[in-house]
Amino acid sequence: MRSARTIGTVAVNVFRESVRDKVLYNLVAFAVILIAASYLIGQLTAGQDIKIIKDLGLAAIATFGLMIAVFIGIGLVWKEVERRSIYSLLAKPLSRGEFILGKYCGLGLTLIVNVVVMVVAWYAVLAYMGGTATPEVRAAWAAPATDLGMLRAVGLIVVELMLVTAIALFFSTFSSPFLSAGLTLGLWVIGHFNADLKNFEAVVDAPVAAWFAHGLYYVLPNFSAFDIKQQVVYAQPVPVQYLATTALYGAVYIALLLTASVAVFSRRDFK
Amino acid sequence: MDAIQTEALTKHYSVGFWRPRPYLALDGVTLSVGRGEVFGFLGPNGAGKTTTLKLLMQLIYPTSGVARILGLPVGSSELKRRIGYLPENPYFYDHLTAEELLQYFASLFGFAAAERRQRASRLLDEVGIGAERRLQLRKFSKGMLQRVGIAQALLNDPEVVFFDEPMSGLDPLGRREIRQLILRLRDRGCTVFFSSHVLSDAEALCNRVAIVARGRLVTSGPLAEILAFKVHGWELVMSHVPPQALACALKDGRVTKALPIGEDRYALDLPLDTPPERLMADLSGVGARLVSLNPLRETLEDFFVRQVAAVKTDRGLK
Repeated sequence: MRSARTIGTVAVNVFRESVRDKVLYNLVAFAVILIAASYLIGQLTAGQDIKIIKDLGLAAIATFGLMIAVFIGIGLVWKEVERRSIYSLLAKPLSRGEFILGKYCGLGLTLIVNVVVMVVAWYAVLAYMGGTATPEVRAAWAAPATDLGMLRAVGLIVVELMLVTAIALFFSTFSSPFLSAGLTLGLWVIGHFNADLKNFEAVVDAPVAAWFAHGLYYVLPNFSAFDIKQQVVYAQPVPVQYLATTALYGAVYIALLLTASVAVFSRRDFK
Repeated sequence: MDAIQTEALTKHYSVGFWRPRPYLALDGVTLSVGRGEVFGFLGPNGAGKTTTLKLLMQLIYPTSGVARILGLPVGSSELKRRIGYLPENPYFYDHLTAEELLQYFASLFGFAAAERRQRASRLLDEVGIGAERRLQLRKFSKGMLQRVGIAQALLNDPEVVFFDEPMSGLDPLGRREIRQLILRLRDRGCTVFFSSHVLSDAEALCNRVAIVARGRLVTSGPLAEILAFKVHGWELVMSHVPPQALACALKDGRVTKALPIGEDRYALDLPLDTPPERLMADLSGVGARLVSLNPLRETLEDFFVRQVAAVKTDRGLK
């Protein structure tokens, strides 16, 4: 109980530091502008305007969320160690594990608030679009402009971003921000092509390479599983079971990464 | 039970990326600090002072040896509730104000909101942070950050407080205020362990000191004991000293140095083996008058330089 309160205290401080950081405001402002601009881009296309706005909105939320997760996530621990603010902090009744979990929860909270801001801006554009379209145009749409079913994709984007944050945090417990960013983005890219590793034997006639690729498939995070943007934009059904399993997969992966982060960080000397 | 106890505390680092070599930062330091003492941990730069403090705060782990504070193993949550720590050149969160920082740290001790506000306000008053407490810390000077650092170390009314170079970055007025603060802490029964290379601070504040050099404990003991009996000569101040008599005393080595301090008044340094009574009688016989006679004691600085030089020579020979 006391531990949860301590983690919460650290998390609230991370959130407060983040929301006062101009970098974050710039990222969110840019994302909101992009979402608003998607309305103009939609005007250039015939009959596809609502789909373009939905596509671009989800892409903007995922991309800017990724930038926030990576670029704030890699600095979370590194900045504390580099600037030595961690010295005073760890002399307080706070374990290194609580510190790591607090940092993670704080950035998670920041991410969720930012995603909410972007989603509100996106739905505002969609609502305006829906309000101004003629009944004939609306009848041609696969789903209403403000279809709440799209929040399923947003939910999985949030889980994906939380996983990216856990990866960034893990790398930042032992490496420099530059290396952490490279490794995190590298894993994110590989993770989106993860499904190809499973079918590696179909393209390469080398059993060892296929076996190795198979191993990587199970070890590396499968980010493509979180991507259901196309399904929600076209209002295709996404089973609740799939959503639950994918979210559980993300949660287990995050738990493993946080455990590894705490283990690495707990052994570290702050020279 | 001692407030602080270390036994053969040793820390090796590995330096170099491609060909790592061992570097001995601390070599078997054993010391104890009693409750209520103001203990000065002295040494030149790179001696191992900060390494020792980091080991006591468990910011680094020892290669061997143990440390206990208030009878508890270092790093335990129970212990952290009872101690305070000011790191060297402290740095905090840019976007927080001094008030917010102290309240944040106070919340880690589990204090209620009203208590957090009250403690933060009282301590900022105590270290001389006025209206600036509502400014973000990125706008603070080094000296102001140092004051905030001292305030955060005292949030929980610690039984033992560790200051790493507490006077660093402070102006003369600030140094005086912090000296007074340390003495107030001592009067409250708090044990103060501070590292410094400013010996005048240690001389003014400490009951006991330890000197470290090149990772090794050179000496430790009560300041009064270390310096009390080390008289290395006499200072004789006389007036109306005839120049010929003075030249004669300088020539035969009974006076090693003669410093004019007035019209015909001199401060004369006598070696320890020259009985001051004989010289006083001789000079009085030629018309000189006695003003004062004082033993020349070794200062902490003299002692420090001698001890550190001995370690350097010792290591050099090895």
